[in-house]
Amino acid sequence: MLLGLTTAMLVLSALVWELGRSRVTAGAERLRARARGGVFGGVFAVTRELDYDPGRERRAEQRARELLRSCVNQHEWAMYRDLGFLRVYGASGERYAYLLYPHKPIVSYMPRTGALLSEYCVAFPDHSRPYGSARLPDSDDVLAKWMALRADERRLIADANMHLPGRQVDPQRVRRDLQRLARWERERMTRAA
Amino acid sequence: MRFLRLKPGHGEIVLAEGDVEVAEEERALIEAFRRELDAGMWAAVPTETNDGRREAELVKSFAEVPRDAERVIFFPRAAGGAS
Repeated sequence: MLLGLTTAMLVLSALVWELGRSRVTAGAERLRARARGGVFGGVFAVTRELDYDPGRERRAEQRARELLRSCVNQHEWAMYRDLGFLRVYGASGERYAYLLYPHKPIVSYMPRTGALLSEYCVAFPDHSRPYGSARLPDSDDVLAKWMALRADERRLIADANMHLPGRQVDPQRVRRDLQRLARWERERMTRAA
Repeated sequence: MRFLRLKPGHGEIVLAEGDVEVAEEERALIEAFRRELDAGMWAAVPTETNDGRREAELVKSFAEVPRDAERVIFFPRAAGGAS
């Protein structure tokens, strides 16, 4: 009697499972699809962002610094190494200049007065996103800005979004950086003399 | 001549290398150049003027690359940043 009941229960369970399996599978697939693009998409994106490997990024930045060093002149390289940004004069001379920061807008200013002119927001996103990120290493970003400015200032400025100073880069910080730059150049000149 | 490409998470990678005076190697360089431009890259040639000034030149075709250039650097084209 007990054996018969157990057998009947097993057969019934197998039948119910067979009948419901397609619905369960479809439901699971729907959940997965929703998770990829819907409410849980952000969670998955965060997981991809966590694919960050500090060692790999450090090595990438080291390579990028070496390449930048080999492209710019000694004075510019020393400026970037010591101060963390590059100053590039405009194509028409020293009436105006740009400060190039890694992954920040290009800031234009007048070297004679220190007056800030504009911010040019420009990025070099690599849409192939190797390792999940479109961002170049810091020094590669500076190199890309430097090459683009040196080669075709007008085109780069035309491609950028222009704003008044202070939109993304703190003007106080820029003024401090300009003071640091002036002091740094004075010291270098004194040492050279 | 070496073709380098700036790459996130890596720094530069060597895409191709060859002697432009060797026809077969030049063809390979031309193909690699086209591939990168088709992928939306900009190509720049770092240069040095007679007075030691470092410059860069954007080139749109392989024919514009100086024959004696040591390297061409490919990087993603500029896009307006946060607006």
